[in-house]
Amino acid sequence: MQKFSALSLARKALGGHLGWTPQWRSVEPKPAYDIVIVGGGGHGLGTAYYLAKQHGLRNIAVIERGWLAGGNTARNTTIIRSNYLFNESSSYYEHSLKLWETLSQELNYNVMFSQRGCLMVAHTVHDVQVFKRHVHANRLNGIDNEWLSAEEAKAFCPPLNISPNIRYPVLGASLQRRAGTARHDAVAWGFARAASDMGVDIIENCEVTGILRGPGGEVRGVETTRGTIRAGKVGVSAAGHSSVVLGMAGVRLPLQSNPLQALVSEPVKPAFPTIVMSNTIHAYISQSDKGEMVIGAGTDSYVSYTQRGGLHIPAHTLEAICELFPMFRRLRMLRSWGGITDNTPDRSPITAKTPVPGLYVNCGWGTGGFKATPGAANLFAWTIAKNEPHPINAPFTIERFRDGVMIDEAAAAAVAH
Amino acid sequence: MLLIRCPYCGERSEIEFANGGEAHIARPADPMSQTDEEWAQYLYMRDNPKGLIAERWRHAHGCNRFFNALRDTRTDRFVMTYEMGRPRPEIDAATLAEAAR
Repeated sequence: MQKFSALSLARKALGGHLGWTPQWRSVEPKPAYDIVIVGGGGHGLGTAYYLAKQHGLRNIAVIERGWLAGGNTARNTTIIRSNYLFNESSSYYEHSLKLWETLSQELNYNVMFSQRGCLMVAHTVHDVQVFKRHVHANRLNGIDNEWLSAEEAKAFCPPLNISPNIRYPVLGASLQRRAGTARHDAVAWGFARAASDMGVDIIENCEVTGILRGPGGEVRGVETTRGTIRAGKVGVSAAGHSSVVLGMAGVRLPLQSNPLQALVSEPVKPAFPTIVMSNTIHAYISQSDKGEMVIGAGTDSYVSYTQRGGLHIPAHTLEAICELFPMFRRLRMLRSWGGITDNTPDRSPITAKTPVPGLYVNCGWGTGGFKATPGAANLFAWTIAKNEPHPINAPFTIERFRDGVMIDEAAAAAVAH
Repeated sequence: MLLIRCPYCGERSEIEFANGGEAHIARPADPMSQTDEEWAQYLYMRDNPKGLIAERWRHAHGCNRFFNALRDTRTDRFVMTYEMGRPRPEIDAATLAEAAR
C-alpha cells in the first residue's frame, strides 16, 4: 500500500502524477474464507477492516452485488451527529462519532470529516420542549448539545430566516457543534484500501443467490453469481436488501424498504456554514465542499426497490427550504436520486446475531446509516469475531421486537437522517 | 409519482392516497393464545418482497376507503387493485413478467 503524505503527494505531483497504483487488489473469489461479508458499502468494508485490524482475522471476503460503495454509501447526504435521545442510541452514535474524529489518521486517507455543527430548528412549543429534552439527555450522557435562541441560531447560520411572520417561525434551535459531514466515497475507499492491505478480498459484481446451511442449520457459506463461496461465518450488511438476503436463510426481519430521495443544487461559492434540519417542516440542507447545496427529502411511503420516488416528496422539502432560506429561491437544482432504506418500526438499527448459527446482520439503519459507518462496522466486527454483541450494540437485537424493548427514536431519526 | 386506480373512484394521482403497508396480515383470532414470538411476527415482521407485493392503500383525499393492490416493487408497476375482503388474486406468468419489465 502506498502511504499518503504531503511528501508523497508533492513527489507524485512533480512527477506528472505517474506511478499511482490501485488502492485495493482486484481478486477472483477463493472457494472458501473464514468470514464472508455480504455488502460492499461503507458498513461492510468497515466491518472487514475492523475484523482484520482489531480481531486479527485475515481470511475475509467482502462480496458486493454491484460496484464498491454504489448503494446508499454513494446516495446519502453525509450528515454525522450523535444527538439521539435514548441512552442506547446516543452511546451507539457517539461511539461512531468518536471514531469519525480520528478516522482520516487511522486510515491514512482523508475522509474530509468537517465538524461544522448541526442545527435542529424548532418551530412549535412542542419542538422546543422536545429539543430541550434532547439537549439535557445528551449532556447527561456527556454528549455536546446546546440550546440556542432564534437570534443565536441566526448568528450561527446567517442565511436562516427568523422573521416571526413566516408560516412556521423559528422559535430556537439545538446545536451539536461536533456534528458534521464527510466525503462519502472516501470513507468506503479508505476502508477498502486499508482492509485490502491486510489481506481482505474485495469482490465486486458478485450477487448472493443463496445461503448454504449445514445439517444443524448452521451457515456453511453463500451461493453467488460467481460460484459457491464457503465460509464459517456470514455477516450481512446489505441495507435495503437485508430482507432479501436474510430471506434466503428463512429469517424474517421487521423491515420495510422505502425509497429515500436527495438532491443537489448547482455549485455556488461557500454560502452555508453548517447543517440545518427542521423535522417539523422537513428542511434538510448543508453545502458540500464542491459547492452544491445538498438537500435530503423524505421517504416515499411504499415498499420499493426502484431507487427512485415521487417528485412531490422533494418538492415538499424545497418549499420548506425556500421559506427558511429565502436566498435559495433562485438556486437551480442539478440532480436528484433515490436510495433504498431499510426502516424498522422503532427507527433504530439491528446489529446482532440471527437465529441461524454463524449468520449475523447489521441492518435497519433506515434513513441515517452513514453517520454510523465506523461505529456500526466496529461493533458488527466485534459481534462476528466474538459471536456475541459488544455492550453498546447488545440492545440492538431482532428479539427486542418480541420482548417489547424497543428503542423508539422516531422523533430523532424518522425525519432527520 | 404513481397513478393508482382506486376500485371505487378510478385512476387518481398518488398524492390522494396513503399507503397502508403489506396486505392480508390477519389479526390472530385469539390474541391471548399467542406466544410472544407469534405476536411479534404479526405486529412487526414483514416479507418486504423484492418483486410482487400485496399492499393496502387508502384513498385518503377521495372516498377514504381502504383497498388492496398488487405491485412489483422492482418497477413500481401495478398489476391490479382490488376491494378489501377479496383474497389475494392469482397472477399468471405473462402478467408477472409484464409487471417486472
